[in-house]
Amino acid sequence: MNTKPDETAIVVKGLNHWFGTGEARKQAIYDVDLSFRRGSLTVLMGPSGSGKTTFLTLIGCLRDVMDGSVQLLGHELNGASTATNEMLRRRSGFIFQAHNLHESLSAIQNVMMGLQVHGRGIDKRQTREAAAHILGLVGLADRVEYLPGNLSGGQKQRVAVARALVGNPEVVFADEPTAALDRESGMNVVKILKRLGAERGTTTIMVTHDGRILEQADRIVTLEDGRVVGKSDAAP
Amino acid sequence: MTRLLERLLGRLPIGWLQLTHNRARLYSAIAGVAFANVLVIVQLGIAGSMTTATLQQYAYFDADIMISAEDANSMTEGGNVARQRLFQALADPGVTGGVSLFVANLAWERPKGQVLLQIFGVDPHATGFLNPEMAHKVAQLPLLNAAIIDRNTRGLDAEMLGGIRPHSPETFEYSGKTISLVDSFSGGGGFGTDGYLFVSDQTFLNLFGKRISGAPDHILLQVARGEDVGAVVARLRDTIGDKSLRIRSFADARAEDLAYQNTQRPTGLIFGFGVVIGILVGIVIVYQVLSTDVAAHLREYATFKAMGYSHKFFLGIVLEEAMILAIFGFAPGVIVASGLLSILHAKTGLPVAMTAETAIMVFVGTLAACALSGAIATRRLAAADPADLF
Ligand SMILES: Nc1ncnc2c1ncn2[C@@H]1O[C@H](COP(=O)(O)OP(=O)(O)O)[C@@H](O)[C@H]1O
Ligand SMILES: [Mg+2]
Repeated sequence: MNTKPDETAIVVKGLNHWFGTGEARKQAIYDVDLSFRRGSLTVLMGPSGSGKTTFLTLIGCLRDVMDGSVQLLGHELNGASTATNEMLRRRSGFIFQAHNLHESLSAIQNVMMGLQVHGRGIDKRQTREAAAHILGLVGLADRVEYLPGNLSGGQKQRVAVARALVGNPEVVFADEPTAALDRESGMNVVKILKRLGAERGTTTIMVTHDGRILEQADRIVTLEDGRVVGKSDAAP
Repeated sequence: MTRLLERLLGRLPIGWLQLTHNRARLYSAIAGVAFANVLVIVQLGIAGSMTTATLQQYAYFDADIMISAEDANSMTEGGNVARQRLFQALADPGVTGGVSLFVANLAWERPKGQVLLQIFGVDPHATGFLNPEMAHKVAQLPLLNAAIIDRNTRGLDAEMLGGIRPHSPETFEYSGKTISLVDSFSGGGGFGTDGYLFVSDQTFLNLFGKRISGAPDHILLQVARGEDVGAVVARLRDTIGDKSLRIRSFADARAEDLAYQNTQRPTGLIFGFGVVIGILVGIVIVYQVLSTDVAAHLREYATFKAMGYSHKFFLGIVLEEAMILAIFGFAPGVIVASGLLSILHAKTGLPVAMTAETAIMVFVGTLAACALSGAIATRRLAAADPADLF
């Protein structure tokens, strides 16, 4: 476990990634070097198919690193053990492009799953209260017992956001989380993430094309054909 | 239910919630498991009837040792034994008594067709070699041509046979002789014959003119209390010295007959084959049910995996589902299977039935098959990156 307060949350060096084998083998990420400061909000941009999702899943510990190095919270992901992967996944929050909620669990049960992953020791009532609280923050206080099937696309995405954030993650990976949200709730989610960054040092890496979010970003990284073609510190 | 499971598991009962979320899928899964249960229970019931029917014949007697001809693989098969062997055996200090046992098949020609009876000729004065119920009834047999009939005989009216009393006998003709049925007992048909008939040894010889008292089919012996049956058997083999005879403990004779029925006779082999096929098909059905369920939830599981849940967690869910399906499939499975077995029993008169052991065995087997199938089905989840499963 890395406990010393490090300034960088993620360090990426010489990262390459390929899909497929043999003739069909195709490179999706080319030689990426990047680092992400703790507590910062980075926006990842680029045309469709440029490798944003691939990059995010690689540094987010959802895809094995084949070539190069990714250090997430001080742990090397290339060749990491199953236990290390699971530990790092528990310390991060992932918001998927599709909401990926569990259809047979209610909104609050879905969110509770984000806490229960930390073990059996947690008090059930506290878990419920924490889940209800965060659902309130994303504006779903009156929808806690709804099944995903009875929620709108935007509401489901907000449940997914709550699920990712309920466990107080040190890093949040978000793949176009606001695509299904109206402008107001989208901005609300970004505001929450910004606040977590300031209060708890939560690092956020978000794929988005939303202009208003770009304004909130500490930094914008642009990918094209699997390469970093631009890094800019946005206006504060 | 959800609350109960939540307390039991210490986590949300995801398996239960998942199964009950899609009722149509739940019912078809339960139906699948129930069908697998029916298949196996019915096959076991049929195969078990062979055992029940075989053991039934031995249950009428109370003996420690049985001497039979070399080719006597069962009660009814094989040649005779010289009565001389009985006297030789009685000379052994460990042997307290012995009797001759005659066995044959007798066809009772009836207007509606033939009824084949397995007939035992026993000494009516040596009732100590019979079980208590039979001993009591056989005591009435010294009368020539009197007989006691199995009231469950296939093709006969059980109620009519049950009404038979010594003072109101039924009679029938066999090879020019009149047999009087003076009493009945509860037997149950076997595979070779429709039922049983007990007569005295004298009557037996009277009915089967070619048989002689000096050559019974088997010799039954009893040994003194506290005597080691195995040791007496070994001594008798030595003193009798006829290597062509089968001198065995009664328990061994019964076990060897059973093994013979199950592994040498076509019926036994076919039943055993039926059980194996039933179990295989049952496993395939259960595997299909569980792997379909896992496949249907793979995306959701991948999300849990992405959140940091370990493989143990998924195995827990699958095991939870396996338990639920095994329990819910078992009840209807048992009800349908015992219904089918009782129809089969009514139609054939064979002792096909579901025993408690069979039921427990099938339940445990189902649970194991469900759990194993689920565990195998989650292997894909273990191997893949979560990102590839969305
Ligand atoms: N699982 C996969 N198998 C094969 N190719 C893939 C897979 N995922 C992504 N790709 C390819 O990799 C490239 C980058 O995809 P992706 O990371 O999804 O881009 P973006 O998120 O920027 O739209 C694309 O050319 C895409 O076709
Ligand atoms: Mg994408």
